[in-house]
Amino acid sequence: MDIGAKVIDIIAEQAILEPCDVTLESTLESLGIDSMGLVESIFAIEEAFDIQIPFNANDPSDSEFNISSISSIISGIEKLVAEKP
Amino acid sequence: MNRVAITGSGTINSLGHSVEETFVNMAEGLCGIGPLSFRDVDRLDIKIGGQVKDFDPTTVFNRQQLSLYDRVTQFTLIAAKEAIEQSGIVFSGELAAKSGVVLGTAGGGVSTWDDNYRAVYEEGKNRVHPFVVPKLMNNAAASHVSMEYNLKGPSFTVSTACASSNHAMAQAFQMVRSGLSDVMVTGGSESMLCFGGVKAWEGLRVMSKDACRPFSANRNGMVQGEGAAIFILENLDKAKKRGAVILAEVIGYAMSSDASDIVMPSKQGAARAIKGALLDARLNPEDVKYINAHGTGTAANDKTECAAVADVFGRHADNLMLSSTKSMHGHLIGGTGAVELLACIMAVKDGIIAPTIGYEEADPECALDVVPNQAREAEVDVALSNAFAFGGLNAVLAVRSV
Repeated sequence: MDIGAKVIDIIAEQAILEPCDVTLESTLESLGIDSMGLVESIFAIEEAFDIQIPFNANDPSDSEFNISSISSIISGIEKLVAEKP
Repeated sequence: MNRVAITGSGTINSLGHSVEETFVNMAEGLCGIGPLSFRDVDRLDIKIGGQVKDFDPTTVFNRQQLSLYDRVTQFTLIAAKEAIEQSGIVFSGELAAKSGVVLGTAGGGVSTWDDNYRAVYEEGKNRVHPFVVPKLMNNAAASHVSMEYNLKGPSFTVSTACASSNHAMAQAFQMVRSGLSDVMVTGGSESMLCFGGVKAWEGLRVMSKDACRPFSANRNGMVQGEGAAIFILENLDKAKKRGAVILAEVIGYAMSSDASDIVMPSKQGAARAIKGALLDARLNPEDVKYINAHGTGTAANDKTECAAVADVFGRHADNLMLSSTKSMHGHLIGGTGAVELLACIMAVKDGIIAPTIGYEEADPECALDVVPNQAREAEVDVALSNAFAFGGLNAVLAVRSV
């Protein structure tokens, strides 16, 4: 399974939606994922890919990890997976 | 000072998933204690407890709720639902602003600690679920009750080991009696029946491997239980005015500290709490017909408690009934006073005295009427509920029939 599809599955489960309802352009806000849902999603993604996501819930916009849309989240994760030792 | 009514009660414990079921099983002298069932139980020396049976949380709560609700919170919410629905109160406006929830628990989310310590220590994981902290904190249950029922007044959790619930209910009582609040939700809960929760108790060497037999000469220790009981305390005049069904009246309480030993109970400390409750409720010793004992089934507690009762009541000690329902539901630690208040309500409301089951042999140091093995019918106007905690912190409540 490719990274994008898996991320969408995780986000969809968190938002209680079908994966087909989550598009690359969706934002977490548009999917109804709040701050608690966001940290839960990040946890689930870290578990799924065995990576460490540089994300600070105190100030998400200041993090290196861009969460502005599903596509930015996926590319961030692809980068982290590629850099995995 | 306002009079204080109990207008709702709810519970889940090893004797039942509701107050009605618990009353029936207390009256039948049923034993809710049995073989424990959870991960790694084979590594424990103590393999029995009063576990809540036939309980599948996924049929009650959704996935998102379960990610935040430790088992102790689940029990609390189930008991709170029964109690609040029975009271018929909907919290809104000014009533909601002044009504709060005060609960007791000793350990809070023990299973959450246990599961996540396992993950990081045993399984070597370096990451835990983000909600571990809000799930395990001692006030999680109180906060979820407040969120579920719109309780915006004074709300907090009391943690005084085995007296937690009695201290909590005493606080809530005081708030309604003083007029700070017209309605308070109170009680307590505990869920320590997991590997780490039982292992810790094993260490003290005070646990029984076969049964909880309070006051019986052959008793050999305590048995843990789990669950919750929640009550609605309400300004009695206002409860009457709205036509509420009043289960019983709370008429007084007292608290004391032994200030002597971290685990050994003190006769003086217990006696001061019992005497203080009589004074606060303006009772004569002869008014009390039933006491729900702390009655843990340990040598230390049972004889100290009987001596304290004998001291306070003098000759009347031989005329009153003193039973320990821990023999049936186990010791719910921080939740125990709440479940045991149910036995007091059953006594004053229905005239049925819950027995001390497992009683096999008289102990001259516990020579009181402990209602051995079989429930009894008796007209009871006033009942007391004792709780004496590790750390020497005691709290006694008094209730009356209405």
